Amino acid sequence: MLRIENLTAEVDGKPILKGVTLEVPDGEVHAIMGPNGAGKSTLSYALSGREGYEITGGTAVLNGVDLLEMEPEERAAAGLFLAFQYPVELPGVGNANFLRTALNAIRRTRGEAEVDAMQFLKLARARMKELSMPEDMLKRGVNVGFSGGEKKRNEILQMALLQPRIAILDETDSGLDIDALKIVADGVNAMRGPGFSALVITHYQRLLNHIVPDRVHVLADGRILTSGGPELAHRLEAEGYAGVLEEAA
Amino acid sequence: MNIVSPPGNAAAFLHRYAGLSERLPGANNPAVRALRDAAADTLMAGGLPSRRVEAWRYTDLSPMLRAEFREALTAVDEAVALPAMRAERRAVFVDGRFRADLSQLDGLVAGALAEVIETVAGRLNSVASASQPMVMLNTLLFEDGLVLEVPEGADAGRLELLSIASGETAATLHPRHLIRLGRGARLVLLETALSPAGAHHLHNPVFEIEVAEDAKITHVRVQREAETAWHLAHLGVRVAEGGTYDGFVLNAGGRISRSETHLALLGPNATAHLNGAQLVADGQLADTTTSLDHASPNCASRQTVKTVLAGRSRGVFQGKILVRREAQKTDGYQMNQALLLSEEAEIDSKPQLEIYADDVKCSHGATAGALDPDVLFYLRSRGIPAIEARAIMVRAFLQEAVEIVEDEPAREALEEAVAAWWAQHGEAA
Repeated sequence: MLRIENLTAEVDGKPILKGVTLEVPDGEVHAIMGPNGAGKSTLSYALSGREGYEITGGTAVLNGVDLLEMEPEERAAAGLFLAFQYPVELPGVGNANFLRTALNAIRRTRGEAEVDAMQFLKLARARMKELSMPEDMLKRGVNVGFSGGEKKRNEILQMALLQPRIAILDETDSGLDIDALKIVADGVNAMRGPGFSALVITHYQRLLNHIVPDRVHVLADGRILTSGGPELAHRLEAEGYAGVLEEAA
Repeated sequence: MNIVSPPGNAAAFLHRYAGLSERLPGANNPAVRALRDAAADTLMAGGLPSRRVEAWRYTDLSPMLRAEFREALTAVDEAVALPAMRAERRAVFVDGRFRADLSQLDGLVAGALAEVIETVAGRLNSVASASQPMVMLNTLLFEDGLVLEVPEGADAGRLELLSIASGETAATLHPRHLIRLGRGARLVLLETALSPAGAHHLHNPVFEIEVAEDAKITHVRVQREAETAWHLAHLGVRVAEGGTYDGFVLNAGGRISRSETHLALLGPNATAHLNGAQLVADGQLADTTTSLDHASPNCASRQTVKTVLAGRSRGVFQGKILVRREAQKTDGYQMNQALLLSEEAEIDSKPQLEIYADDVKCSHGATAGALDPDVLFYLRSRGIPAIEARAIMVRAFLQEAVEIVEDEPAREALEEAVAAWWAQHGEAA
């Protein structure tokens, strides 16, 4: 499980997270919703160790391991996965090669045998079929020339291959049409169960119709202001943030 | 000629010439003698270029000019470790001398310059210009080289040109290679220059390459000499109508390395590729200088040069493209990019387009930058350790240039050189 306590972080000297406390038990999917500028992306970057996101206080522990002391690659090996809001393009790096390098890097640190090119292809093809991804996406440069939807599906493919303990999905629904949204949601739902939890960051209720969360948290001005069941997302959709935030204040 | 006390920075080379002139190949040939003496006169009068000479502004030769060199050993039976062959045929030069015993040239019209000098004397400095400093130095002291003819319509396949400096002495090697492709002929020339770590030799090869109508040469140079050596190459190339020079130069060794190509497209529908990569580590300078002359209509030229710099290092790219008035419908593209892995690295980039024709398509660009932190974070967030992530990014940066090379063994040789360089310098970079 992921346990975040009183986490504070700043960017360029400006406090963004002002004491986030949150617990995602094993096997659960939680959603984080909130208005623009609430600190949603900052939370995902602070947890994954991006440079420039300075932790000034608090703790974040994944299955008993302190995440905040680790390098980004160590956090990934410990089971943290971030699905990027804007996945980067890597011209000159084949997607298959990249995915296998990542998978083997993580397998190495877990003391598991590396997979060779043939084993990897078999593994990747099966996952890609589930995500309705054309096979030529393995041959192309990572995210190069991919549509917005293809990039997000490529993120979910990475998640499916790397088998994290917790996945943070940072506005994975942005820029997706309804079909792509369903594919992405199916990809996440397929992994639900013991040993996997997820933190779904989104602006909109729409994604949560397909990935039904166990809990919904509202992040505003760097803090979790209120939490509830899936019905909270429906209320936010109907009433907007203003009403809910006012009530919580 | 009077060489009592040669002045200037070329004194050491002029001394050597004075001592060797009676023993160098062609000593009894008036034409060869005249070329060498003319080079000596010019060097005595003007010396080798300082940074005040525009074409040498970024590449300071003075450390090389202060170095002490000796004559190469010429023992023919000395054992040399050769790398595995990358082609069916190979011409091997050890310390600048052709080694028939190590070479395999069956089926080729090829020989050692020292042996055929009388028959090719008239071709010397006919493609490479005697006024170019590195051609001049080579003219003064060349001892051997590869003379290769690919007859009309013939496909010579792939030939490896292997140049090894044994490193026993700080020798100066000045091979002169004369390569001529007849009409419609084909050749892949895969050149590798090697020397053991710590070697202090100067390798100053000059190529004179003639590509006849509709002929095509792929010329890939993989320069992996010791980081303490000096490498100053000059390539003169002439391409006739419909011909192609498909060139790639990798500068990955030498304290100072410069590969300078002067190419002229002399007939319509000719093509030139002047691609390359430079891998420069702490204490090194690598320079790719090209001068491309579009002298005829409907020709195409392509140039992508990538430089990776680590530590306190310097990179130079100078790319001149001249499009003459008669060279209408020229299609030219030039791109040079530098990746600086250290804040102490420096790249000097000088694209130079001179266009006198009015109906041409010419584009060029230059970039310099560090590794993109967003990409680095993306890779690390997938569990890839920082050092490996940087290696992936450096390879990807070079890939765009390397993947242009169609010949597979040549591309493999380049990829191997990149991997070896990274293995040695990646940790520090």
